[in-house]
Amino acid sequence: MSGPKYGKYGGQFVPEILMPALEELEEGYERYKNDPEFLKELDYYLKDFAGRETPLYHAKNMSKRYGVKIYLKREDLVHGGAHKLNNTIGQALLAKYMGKTRLVAETGAGQHGTATAMAGTNMGFQTHVYMGAKDTVRQRMNVYRMELMGAEVHPVESGSKTLKDAINEALRDWVSNVEDTHYLIGSVVGPHPYPMMVRDFQSVIGKEVKQQIMEKEGRYPDSIVACTGGGSNAMGIFHSFIEEKDVKLVAVEAGGSGMKYTKGAALHSASLSVGEEGVLQGACTRILQDKHGQILESSSVSAGLDYSGVGPELAHLSDIGRLTPRVANDDMALKAFHELSLMEGIIPALESSHAVAHVMEAAESGELGELVVINLSGRGDKDLEAVRKIDRGE
Amino acid sequence: MKLSTKFNELSSRNEAALLAYVCAGDPNIEATPAIVDALIKGGADIIELGLPFSDPVADGPTIQEASERALEAGMDPDRYFELVASLDVDVPLVCMTYYNLIFQRGLDKFVTDCVNSGISGLIVPDLPAEESEDLARSCSTNGVDLIFLIAPVTTDERIKMLLEKSSGFVYIVSRLGVTGARSDVTDATAQILSRVKTDIPKAVGFGISNGEQASKVVAAGADGVIVGSAFVDIIASGDNVNERLEELAHDIKSGCKVD
Ligand SMILES: Cc1ncc(COP(=O)(O)O)c(C=O)c1O
Repeated sequence: MSGPKYGKYGGQFVPEILMPALEELEEGYERYKNDPEFLKELDYYLKDFAGRETPLYHAKNMSKRYGVKIYLKREDLVHGGAHKLNNTIGQALLAKYMGKTRLVAETGAGQHGTATAMAGTNMGFQTHVYMGAKDTVRQRMNVYRMELMGAEVHPVESGSKTLKDAINEALRDWVSNVEDTHYLIGSVVGPHPYPMMVRDFQSVIGKEVKQQIMEKEGRYPDSIVACTGGGSNAMGIFHSFIEEKDVKLVAVEAGGSGMKYTKGAALHSASLSVGEEGVLQGACTRILQDKHGQILESSSVSAGLDYSGVGPELAHLSDIGRLTPRVANDDMALKAFHELSLMEGIIPALESSHAVAHVMEAAESGELGELVVINLSGRGDKDLEAVRKIDRGE
Repeated sequence: MKLSTKFNELSSRNEAALLAYVCAGDPNIEATPAIVDALIKGGADIIELGLPFSDPVADGPTIQEASERALEAGMDPDRYFELVASLDVDVPLVCMTYYNLIFQRGLDKFVTDCVNSGISGLIVPDLPAEESEDLARSCSTNGVDLIFLIAPVTTDERIKMLLEKSSGFVYIVSRLGVTGARSDVTDATAQILSRVKTDIPKAVGFGISNGEQASKVVAAGADGVIVGSAFVDIIASGDNVNERLEELAHDIKSGCKVD
């Protein structure tokens, strides 16, 4: 076996060409993750470049309306507008220490690509971002943002022309250029050591929450709710609480337009909730697939959750009952997007709106307890155009 | 036919093997038998039949698009094994596919389906040796060769480990990158061939598209050349396909004869 597994999930299902690169990455990560100089520089970037720590905000209007005390972890205030930069700073810095000169990344909505461009250009990398051709059209402004920061954006015309295909293409680039290139993956997915490494870089979220909630409430929350695409913001906020068994961890997936299937596609992105064990893009995890094992396209109003797989560690935590998977559909997320904007003056990303939507739905039943933390993984500015179109029925 | 039997027979004639890859069901299921016949008529010694997967990460655009066409035409593992069983050929057949399709069918069932339909070897490009224990066990129980890839970046230590697990032949990846026809066959090929010291036949793939390249690779010490994208390009063109496949196979095979 290669590397640690999460129960039966994880592993390194990649072409032989990448095995030496994964070994090198694993060694590099083990070498630097406790290196005082590396940690000092990481700290500096997180603080002065990304703007950490982020506030834990008591959403008093929402709390009053739903009858439980709700805090928002304000990852929307991180530079770039989402939690994504926590990971790209970490990986880009590691790549620099390892002597790489080129970064490749995949992106769906453009959030991870943007965060990669930020860290990449700042640290002197040549940065290449693969993005589904459909997404480059849907997210024109993000393409421009990345280009402004010196990244080269490559539209991907294969397959469904979305995130899954962008990952395939980024992997192909990496296979062709492994010697000088680091593949900066954007979530807790892919072959070992990525799920572990991305989780570690994102775990700053949960570490901060642990301190902040103790200061404000003198106790841990009853539940923590995070939206889940690949699962990086979820693992980031959950990780420090896994041993705190009284804290309920809720991963909210995109229910799209219904928990149904058409030929070759799912109308949702709920791989954790209803997917099955399989191997996709380097890891064994839960995936949306047909009876033969062909991967189904996923669907969601939020591009960042629109993915057919999920991080292997989340699949394992779900299997052993430590994590509760839930689903919020497009309509619920859109409603939450509007409601939180009106109630708190905070416009959530459509991804994060799924977590907010679940709390709005479930709080009154008592299943989330009295004290709830929502990971507000990103801000909604990137979604304004799309939501406005939907509101007008276009 | 066993792969080792074929390689032995060829080496006694001083010939390297031509391993021709096409994607089963591309452009449609009915077309595949005639395509296979044309390749064999042109001189292919071993046929690699791809079982298409929705997300072929180790393949370049040519084979990726072939997979899409085949899936669109309705190719799936059940039909694949039916098709293979129906082929009337006297060369070894190798199945090339991605791990999730094997995993979903069940490892033992997939391997016995291979045996029953006449497949003698299996190539799984997204299954490195470290993850292959279960499949290797099933293959060895059923007498199917599990073929591993060795790349220019593979360390000597890994090469040793991979050779210990290999049977049939080893698949030498001639250069970094994904599958796809290229005009250059680099020094890297000769280098990697010289680093792989074994009695197991060495077949070189990725980027070979004509007889001249084939003869260089054979001169550098290869026991076989693997050609895929160049054949698939012809299939994709839809133009005089079977005749041109036979011609190209003939050209490449002429580069496989050591004089
Ligand atoms: C704001 C925001 N939240 C969540 C996600 C989903 O990713 P993950 O599940 O890895 O946190 C994205 C992805 O683009 C995002 O932009």
